[in-house]
Amino acid sequence: MNNVLIKNTIRFVIVVLIQVLVFNNMNLGGYLHPYIYVLFLLLLPIYINRSVLLLLAFFTGLTIDYFAGTVGLNAAASVFLAYVRPGTIRLFFGKQEFGADEEPGLHSFGVIGFLKYTIILVFLHQFLLFYLEVLSLTNFLYTFNTIIISTLFSTFVILVSMLLFGKRSGK
Amino acid sequence: MRNLFVLLWKNQFFLLFIILEIISVILLSRSYSYHGAIAYNITGEISGGIFSTYSNVTDYLSLKTDNEILANENALLRNSAPSSFLVTDTQYVYRDSMYRYIPAKVVSNSISRSNNFIMINKGSKHGVEKEMGVISSVGVVGVVIGVSENYATIMPMLHKNMRISARIKSSGQLVSVVWGNNDYLYGTVVDIPSHIALSKGDTIVTSGNSLIFNEGIVVGTIESHDRENNKKLSAAKLRFTTNFGTLKYVYVIDNLMKPEQDSLINQIIN
Repeated sequence: MNNVLIKNTIRFVIVVLIQVLVFNNMNLGGYLHPYIYVLFLLLLPIYINRSVLLLLAFFTGLTIDYFAGTVGLNAAASVFLAYVRPGTIRLFFGKQEFGADEEPGLHSFGVIGFLKYTIILVFLHQFLLFYLEVLSLTNFLYTFNTIIISTLFSTFVILVSMLLFGKRSGK
Repeated sequence: MRNLFVLLWKNQFFLLFIILEIISVILLSRSYSYHGAIAYNITGEISGGIFSTYSNVTDYLSLKTDNEILANENALLRNSAPSSFLVTDTQYVYRDSMYRYIPAKVVSNSISRSNNFIMINKGSKHGVEKEMGVISSVGVVGVVIGVSENYATIMPMLHKNMRISARIKSSGQLVSVVWGNNDYLYGTVVDIPSHIALSKGDTIVTSGNSLIFNEGIVVGTIESHDRENNKKLSAAKLRFTTNFGTLKYVYVIDNLMKPEQDSLINQIIN
């Protein structure tokens, strides 16, 4: 249990720093806004208490907001992600049994399964984030393009970092 | 009553979700109005510390261009120093200077979002206050909206709620400048009366009406002007002279006469 706590705390710090220092400064043609800090929320243990998950998401979002100067924006999107996460896991992997502290990952969900899981949650997160940020439907297509491209890129980065740093085979 | 609590406890996940979303949206909506942002922006010592450490490292990559920009500006300032003028009127002494410029370095900057922010490494300790104007060596940058001890947050021109009072330099006509698109190179000049036709290259400068910016600071040059026949006011595309993408050094304008001007305005209101 303690091990899980320490691991996730370290992951939180690393993911926030990378998001704030690297990806928030990234700008390719105004389209690409990768949000990879959601990786922290995606990788929390599968059977985590759902209310704890919501509170952690809220706190993570506020931390990112604190650095980006957008109070409440990432918090709203992250809480939404946390709200749909248990349902998404049940939808795709409802029949599977996981260990008590097991995390979502390539070895627990499989590469395709983890890809589906990531792309859906990242898309929903970015969908809410970008429309809340623009707060209008005037540039609907432009915003939607941005969401699609950012989702694909964020998913790509998350998958690559999982392949590089995640556990590939079972314990 | 007991059943109600049981019901609430059963649905605690959904309830907590709704509560957290409501809190987030309230926080967000407050930061969305200009005055809300000024009243509400958090400028933190922790984030400022991390950003300035990071920019200390990355700054070495652009030393050469930064040096050129500073050298150009030095030359400009040298040209306007008293010693470079022939003194003809010894009676004329600047007793009170109107504006003081506080130089600052950008430690964090965004340009690609629909509401961008800049953080600089000067704060209340150096005399920076909310609602001070910020300029670069070539043009307008934005307005200070949050101050902590060592850092300040700026709402740049690249923000949906940013609107500054400006003038067409050649005619003196008052207009307003907003961002109005998603491209960090261009802004939009609005409230142009129908009898005025702007051509490419016309300069737009600050009006000096707002007490935030002094008069005559360049905002940008006109790129194109679409005149619609039936409208009283038209809009034009503006190219900012400040390049927000490579912004490194800025100046915060401290208007030394502002307390006096403010008290005058308050007298009229009361």
